[in-house]
Amino acid sequence: MDRSFYISPSPHIKDSDSIPHIMYWVVGALIPAGIGSVVIFGSRVLWIIAIAVVVSIMTEWICQLILKRPVRALDGSAIITGILVAYNVPAEVSWWIPAVGAFVGITLGKMVFGGLGYNPMNPALIGRAFLTASWPLQMTVFQTLPANGTLSGIDLEGIDAISSATPLNMFSQVREILLNVSQYSDRIDLITQAQVVETRLYDSTMNLLLGKIGGCIGETSVVLLLFGAAILMYKRIIGWKIPFFFVGTVAFFAWLFGGTRGIGTGNPLFHVLSGGLILGAFFMATDMVTSPVTFRGRIFFGIGCGVLTSVIRLWGGYPEGVSYSILLMNLATPLIDRVTLPKKFGGK
Amino acid sequence: MDMHSLLVISVGAIFISNFVLHRFLGLCPYIGVSKQLDSAVGMGMAVIFVMTMASVATWLIYHYFLSPSPLNILFRLLMRGQGEPPDLTYLRTIAFILVIATLVQFVEMVIQKLSPGLYRSLGIYLPLITTNCAVLGVSLLNINEQYSFIESVVNGFTSGLGFTLALVLMAGLREKLELAQVPRSMHGAPIAFIIAGCMSLAFLGFSGLKF
Repeated sequence: MDRSFYISPSPHIKDSDSIPHIMYWVVGALIPAGIGSVVIFGSRVLWIIAIAVVVSIMTEWICQLILKRPVRALDGSAIITGILVAYNVPAEVSWWIPAVGAFVGITLGKMVFGGLGYNPMNPALIGRAFLTASWPLQMTVFQTLPANGTLSGIDLEGIDAISSATPLNMFSQVREILLNVSQYSDRIDLITQAQVVETRLYDSTMNLLLGKIGGCIGETSVVLLLFGAAILMYKRIIGWKIPFFFVGTVAFFAWLFGGTRGIGTGNPLFHVLSGGLILGAFFMATDMVTSPVTFRGRIFFGIGCGVLTSVIRLWGGYPEGVSYSILLMNLATPLIDRVTLPKKFGGK
Repeated sequence: MDMHSLLVISVGAIFISNFVLHRFLGLCPYIGVSKQLDSAVGMGMAVIFVMTMASVATWLIYHYFLSPSPLNILFRLLMRGQGEPPDLTYLRTIAFILVIATLVQFVEMVIQKLSPGLYRSLGIYLPLITTNCAVLGVSLLNINEQYSFIESVVNGFTSGLGFTLALVLMAGLREKLELAQVPRSMHGAPIAFIIAGCMSLAFLGFSGLKF
C-alpha cells in the first residue's frame, strides 16, 4: 500500500534544542573572557574557575541525590553558575571564597526551590551577594595588577593623593571631590589632581575595552565578553531587549547625572565599559529562568536594572551596582510578567 | 520644611532600612499574608494606613503627655506649671501599645460606618496589625531618632510603603513558586524564610545610599 500520505500529531517542526545544548553554548560563550582573564591576571584565575565549577557540580549532584531527583548535575547549568561565581570575585581571593559562593548559590539559590527552572533569582548572584555580605574585604579590595597595566587603567604618575583602585572606585573618589569643591577649598592641589584623573579616566577607553584594569575575574575583558554575547545572540539563546535597554539606561543616566559639572556632562562610554555591566547585562540579566517572558516585560526589566545600577553607582555605598540591580529586578520578575501579560485578542 | 531631610527619611525607610528586610520587624504578617497578591496588597494598604496614624498619635502622646517638657499637658493641668515637669517617658512602650490598639479599633469602627467599601477592602487585616511589632517599632523609632512631627508622619508613611513593597514582591514570588517542585520539607514557611533572606541580601545593595 502506498504510504505517501502521513497524518501525525503536532508538533510538526522539531528542533534539536535541549537544556544541555543551550547551556553548553553559554559555557562556550563565557570561555573567551576566561582565557582573556588568565592572560590578564595570571594562572591563578584558572584555579578559581576550576574550584567554583567543581564545587557547583558536586553540590548539585549531592542535592539531587538527597532529594531523590534524577541526577542532572552535568546538564551545564551548574557549570554556568560556577563560572559566573568565579567571574564575580577578585583574582586574589582565598581559594575557599569561590567554593563557598558556588555552594551557597547552588543550594540556597537553586536547589531549595526545586532545581533548575524554579529559582526566583540568579544562583550565581545569590552566591556573590552572600560573599559580599560575609567577607566584604575579600570581595571589594582589588590588588592583582593586570598584565602591562594599572589597577585603574590610567597612568598615575605625579598623582599621589588619590589611592589607586579600579576605574569605578577611582571615579567615585574623584566625583566626591569635584562635587564638593567647597569642602576642599584649602586643598587646591587635590582638586587639580582630581580633574586630571577624571580626564585620564575618560581617555582610557582602550584599556577598558581590552580589560587591562583591576576588577573581578570575568568582568574586565569587554571585547571578549561582547564576542561571546554576539555568538549567543546569533544562536538566539539570549535576546537583545534586556541587554540593550540595560546598557542604554545606564549610559543615559551616566550622561545625565554622572558628570561633575552639572546635568548632562557625564561620559556614558566610561560607565558602560567599566565595572561588570557588560558581563551582567549580557550573561546574567538574560538568564531565561529569572527574567520576564513578555516583550514589554523584558523592556521594563532592562530599564529597571539600568536605573538601579546607576543609582547604586552614583549615590550608593558600593562603587558597582550591576549584581544587586539584577537581583532586585529578579525579585520583581513575577510581578512584571503579571502586569505586562499581553491582552487576549478581543479582550479588554 | 527641609525637603532634603524628608527625602533622606523616605529613601531610608523604603529601601535602606526596610522594616522587614533590614530591621526584621513585622515578620508575622510578612510570612503569613504573602501567599496571594491580592491579600498582600490589602495588607500593605492597611499597614501604610495604621503606621501613619500611629506615628501621628504616638508623637503627640509622647511630646504632650510623657516627655518632661514645659509643654506637657499633665504638668500644666495637674501641677499648674509649678516645679519640675514629671518624666513619664518610661511609660512609652505600654502607652504606645494601648494607644495604637485603641486608635486602630476606633478607626475601624469609623470606617465601617462611613465607608463600607474601604472597610471591606481592608477587611480582616486592619484588626490583625493592631499589636504588630512593626507599628510599635516605627513609633518608638520616631522618638529615638528625635524626628519632628512632619518627619515622624513621613517616616510612618514611607515605612509602610517599604513594608508593602517587600510584601508585594514576596507575594509575586510565592505565587510563582506554587508551581515549583519545592522539596517537601521546605514547603510553606521554610521556603518563605529562605526567599526573605535572599531578598534581604538583594536589598543590601541599597546600603549606604546618600543624596
